[in-house]
Parts: sequence; C-alpha cells; structure tokens
Amino acid sequence: MHTTMPLEHKIRILVAKAGLDGHDRGAKVIACALRDAGMEVIYTGLRQTPEMVVEAAVQEDVDVIGLSILSGAHNAVVPQIMKLLKQNQAEDILMLVGGIIPDADRPGLRNMGVAGIFQPGTHTDDIVKFIRENVKPHSWATQ
Amino acid sequence: MIATSIQSWVEEILAGNRRALSRAITTVENRALESYELLRKLFPHSGSARIIGLTGSPGSGKSTLVDQLAREYRNRQLSVGVIAIDPTSPFTGGAILGDRIRMQRHYADPGIYIRSMATRGSLGGLASATADVATVLDASGRDVVLIETVGVGQDEVDIVRLADVTLVILVPGMGDDVQSIKAGIMEIADIFVINKSDREGAERVEHEIRMLQSTTSARSATNGESSGWTPPIIKTVASDGVGMPELAGAIAQYEAYLERSEVGRQRRVENWRNRLLEMVRARLAERVSREYLSNGAARQFATEIAAHQRDPYALVDEILGKLAGN
Repeated sequence: MHTTMPLEHKIRILVAKAGLDGHDRGAKVIACALRDAGMEVIYTGLRQTPEMVVEAAVQEDVDVIGLSILSGAHNAVVPQIMKLLKQNQAEDILMLVGGIIPDADRPGLRNMGVAGIFQPGTHTDDIVKFIRENVKPHSWATQ
Repeated sequence: MIATSIQSWVEEILAGNRRALSRAITTVENRALESYELLRKLFPHSGSARIIGLTGSPGSGKSTLVDQLAREYRNRQLSVGVIAIDPTSPFTGGAILGDRIRMQRHYADPGIYIRSMATRGSLGGLASATADVATVLDASGRDVVLIETVGVGQDEVDIVRLADVTLVILVPGMGDDVQSIKAGIMEIADIFVINKSDREGAERVEHEIRMLQSTTSARSATNGESSGWTPPIIKTVASDGVGMPELAGAIAQYEAYLERSEVGRQRRVENWRNRLLEMVRARLAERVSREYLSNGAARQFATEIAAHQRDPYALVDEILGKLAGN
C-alpha cells in the first residue's frame, strides 16, 4: 500500500521574508525551485521577526535558513537572528540572505556568519548548488 | 550537539529542551540508526497524550482550525504539539510545507510545538514516520497532539489508525457535494466540521451528511450492529474563532464516549495490530536497503534483471536468506 522513497537525508530549508517589505514573488520562486531540487521547504511568508524565524528554524530542525529581504533591513535583522541562533545552539544552520543587498554590506554580513549572499539575477541552480555543497551534516552527539 | 548519549538525549527531551526534541524528530523521520534506541527509551513515557486528527480537502481551512484548536487547548493550560503534513512531489522528491503560515501567532508560546512533515512517498495521507513522531511528542509531555493531514481522496485514511479522534472538515460550495465525496473520507469521521460555514451552502452540506447518516444507521440496524456514537456536525468559521468552543466540547464528549464504552480500548488494540506489521515492514525494508541495496547495488541488480540476466525472485530469496543468517 505504501511506496516508500529510498532513505536519504532530505535537506530542510526555511524560507522567510524578514522586515516589512511585502514583495514575496522572489521568495516563492526560490521556494519552488528548491522543492524542484528535492528539498523540503518550510515557507513562512511575510513579516517574520527574528524571533519567529529562529523559533521556526529550531522547531523544524532546518539545515538552511533562506532569508529574503528587499527593504534594506538586513543590517538590522541579520545580527539579531545570528544572536538568537547562537542562544539556541543552532549555529550549524547554513545562513543565506537574498534580495537587495548592496555590495558594501556583503563583508559585514559575512562577518556575522552569513554563508551565502544572493543578489537579484542569481540563477536558482546556483543557489541549489551552493546549498548542496555547503550544508552541514546533522549530528546529535557531543564528542 | 545535543547530548553525550542516547540516555542523556532522552533526559533532555523529557526536561523540555526544544532543540533535543527537534533533533529527535528529525532522527526518527530519517530512520537514522539511533532512532530505534531513542524510540525504545521514549515509548514508556508516551501514552497519555490525546491525538486528534484533522483531514479534509485543500482549502477547507484545516491549518486555521488547528491554530484555533491549539489556542482553545492553551487557554485550558494544556500543552500542544502539532504535526502538519503536506505532500511530497513524486517527481522531484521535494515539498513545500506551508501550513505553519496559518499558525504564526504561537511562535512565542513555549506550550505549542509545531512540526511540518512531508509525506515522502507515503500514500495514506500521513508520512510513514508520523506515528513515531507523534510518540516522540507524546513522550516529551504534550497533552494534546494535533495532526493535520493531506486528505484529498479515498486513500487518505491512515489518520484514523493513529488518532483517537478524527475530524473530517468540509466546506460549502467547493464541489464538496457530500454524495460525491469518496467513501473512505466520510466513514472515518468521528466528528464532521463544516468550516467557512458563513458561506452559502452550509445548510445543504449539513443536510446531506445527515441523510447519509440516517441511511447508514438504517443499514447497520438491519445488520444487528449498533453504534453508540453518531458523529455530530459542528459548524465553524475558523478564521473568526466561531464554533471553536463547541468543537472542543464535541471532542471532549467523544473522548468520554471512548472511555466509557470500551471502543477506545478496542480501537487502540486494533491500531497497534496494524501498526506492528507496518513497523516490522519498515524496519526490514530499511535494513535490507542499507545492507544489500545501497551504493549502487540496487541499480546493478535492476540492470541485470531488466536484461533477464538475474531472477528477481531468487534474489529476494537470497537476501531474505542472508537476513535470517543462512
């Protein structure tokens, strides 16, 4: 009665829009592309606060967070998220930011721990590839 | 990095560590080797949660109803776990899990834990690991576990084997003509919910359900069967919270009925009977896959079989023989 898929680790990614901008077409396009690449996408939509993002990421035990920010709020939102991730022992989550991110802000975001920054025009294939190459394997055990 | 041993991991979960709980659910969902010992250690702590299943067509408002029911239970100081299930694409293996969107307001409430699951190829409306994930949530101390399933057609009835109470959600005017609804969905309901009941056509849906119920009871009366429970029909407008206390009340009434009539105990026995076979099947399949069909072996065998250079039936005999230690 059941057909079971072969056992493999599915990549789980939280796609969220932080800040107050309401343009979610990009985030939805990415969500669909990631689904088409075989990933499980937890899509939480608009107006996510840092607390909401991290709480969802922890409960869903995601491998990746994909943040879409078109409003310029990245310098305010990202540090808060990174701090909360640390508080929740969730620093192994791969952090990606996409949207309108000025070149000048990129080094700052990287210093905060953002692994990938994707500006408009990035091909979704590149994002998929980046995730597959950089996602960290889960472990439950402390050494 | 959660714990130094499975035992201490279990203790973390029981102590309320959400990260430990979350990672346990992932481990169980992926059927990682540690999951079996984890579940063995957690099982003794399970068995007290009430499991409530919600099924219905996409667009019927299941997620909003779950959100509202969760709030009802939180108002009564009960802790809640939610499992929201969405379908995996059979072509890509991926999924969009979007039910959380409707449950956002609980993010700051530590008494609610929400987990999205993809069906990963299972056809019955649940993921194959859903029952085990419910056990984990139960063991972690949730008083209520709400499970929201895909529920589109005739086959999506697995929820009835897992839940104590199954709610079937219908909506007026969405082509949800009760007579056109496939048999399985109508028969599994312990409670019918007509959501978006402020829309035109709600009375008609209610009338049609009642017609169906009177035909059924006439039929079973002639068979000599009797049922002590006729599923009530609760009208709600989940987005406004209308009908929620009545729904919680109907659920409580049903739970009381299960308790005093022995139906609850019989059903649990029957559910475990089915589930036991499924557990053995899943465990065997995982072990065979890991020990004999991984690293390209499956593809190699398949190539040989397709070219009629290998007999698949003999191969299965051989694998089973090896499993038995022959």
